[in-house]
Amino acid sequence: MLNVKDLNVWFGQPPERVDAVKGAEFSVRQGESFGLVGESGSGKSTILRAIAGLIPTWSGDIAVDGKPLKADRRDRAFFKTVQMVFQDPYASLHPRHSVDAVLAETLRLQGMDNIDKRITKLLDDVGLGKGFRFRYPHQLSGGQRQRVAIARALAAEPRLLLLDEPTSALDVSVQAEILNLLADLRAEHGLTYVMVSHDLSVVGHMCDRLAVMQHGRIVEVMSVDALRRGAGEEDYTRHLIRASGGYQPA
Amino acid sequence: MSNTISRRDWLLSDAPQTRRQARLGAIYQGWLTFRSNKLAMVGLIILVLLIGMAIFAPLLAPQSPYAQDLGARLQPPSAAHWLGTDGLGRDIMSRLIHGSRITLFIVGTVALIAPIIGLFIGTVAGFAGGWVDQVLMRVTDIFLAFPKLILALAFVAALGPSIGNAVLALALTAWPPYARLARAETLTIRHADFIAAARLQGAGRLRLLIRHIWPLCVSSLIVRVALDMAGIILSAAGLGFLGLGAQPPMPEWGAMISDGRTYILDFWWVAAMPGLAIFTVSIAFNLLGDGLRDVLDPKGDKS
Repeated sequence: MLNVKDLNVWFGQPPERVDAVKGAEFSVRQGESFGLVGESGSGKSTILRAIAGLIPTWSGDIAVDGKPLKADRRDRAFFKTVQMVFQDPYASLHPRHSVDAVLAETLRLQGMDNIDKRITKLLDDVGLGKGFRFRYPHQLSGGQRQRVAIARALAAEPRLLLLDEPTSALDVSVQAEILNLLADLRAEHGLTYVMVSHDLSVVGHMCDRLAVMQHGRIVEVMSVDALRRGAGEEDYTRHLIRASGGYQPA
Repeated sequence: MSNTISRRDWLLSDAPQTRRQARLGAIYQGWLTFRSNKLAMVGLIILVLLIGMAIFAPLLAPQSPYAQDLGARLQPPSAAHWLGTDGLGRDIMSRLIHGSRITLFIVGTVALIAPIIGLFIGTVAGFAGGWVDQVLMRVTDIFLAFPKLILALAFVAALGPSIGNAVLALALTAWPPYARLARAETLTIRHADFIAAARLQGAGRLRLLIRHIWPLCVSSLIVRVALDMAGIILSAAGLGFLGLGAQPPMPEWGAMISDGRTYILDFWWVAAMPGLAIFTVSIAFNLLGDGLRDVLDPKGDKS
């Protein structure tokens, strides 16, 4: 589904050039849920943004569904296949657009018909009733906003969903709701996830395999079973697992 | 809609049922915020009165603004002439009432032209970035460097002196600050996640600009325009003073002040009355701008 090979992402021009991702390599199979973990600044979100086409300065190969991507352009077919959910639900919804406006515009841009019916269906899918349809973002809680953002991402009926720490801006009880929603949606629609998180327990709950990142490099790709056993091959991985031990459910 | 809930509850509902209810509710919410600012309401009332005065000027004015009576020149305020008479014996109150039309014309024209040019140039520059940004902002700098009155002089030389040309000159020199404001706003939102999300849905640049960026820039521009109106009225008055704007015998408020300048020590009301009118309207615009800022703040929070 997704193949990333020798991916380098950088910001700025020399001499101020910062290499955010160096030689990243991983692949995600159809229907799999893949985690990217690491501390802040390790480049995990940058990889997602480069895949989504939001950062034009990268080199290497990214292929979705076997089709290689160009550096700064994404075509319609890409937007229909790949969608993204952002980290901060307070920043990812236009403050002047109601839920209805957001979803209607998205559906129209994706060339869908039956917009009215689809909006109702989308809101149902993410567990928001009809009562939320005409609200503005400031009338929604953080968790509700994130549900709207997920509905927007699902509007195109994508197969690959890029999740950029979708729960880190929410409080703990809401986190669980959103994670369960994402797990249900994946089962229901047969989605493939690439999920960025700094929280190992979230990745342990959601993913099948994961890549551990440090300083822009992928240190290790491992299975979630190995993560649960605490069996990292690299020092950094074991360190990371130990550091998050306090939070891991027993 | 059932009759058991009041119209107010319907408007303020947390869960609007239709697009129309949501939109009306948002407007009503804004109106409530605005209304809670007493001073802004004062400003709004003054401006509504001004508009009413302009519409019904011929009915309200006790005399013609042009009727001279040299026998009754420079009369102090009295029962016959509430605000006194000027150097040619014209009733100052009638001239003020008719002058409100000219004031509104100035305000309206500048408020239409300048912010629209500024919004367009500023958002395009901020959103496109790169050389487009450079070119547009340097053009803006050039316009900023033009003294308003010199440009107005050039306009008047080319098109003939009239209030219309003077206002056009004002509008064409007033847009650069709006362009800078709009550009600054655009720079803060162009990397926002909601823009990135729309881009991921395949939204083109034009759509992002018009549907996503403009609505967020417009509110701060409106506030800025309302706050700038006082200055624009004063600039137009200054042009009138130089003989480049309103031509005699037009009852333009600024020109009336400069008429009264000759007598200012002995017959204070000739200059003071139009001065008071300009002062009142300017303050009203400032108060209105302040109230609009409360309403149009996208976060919708009162501090």
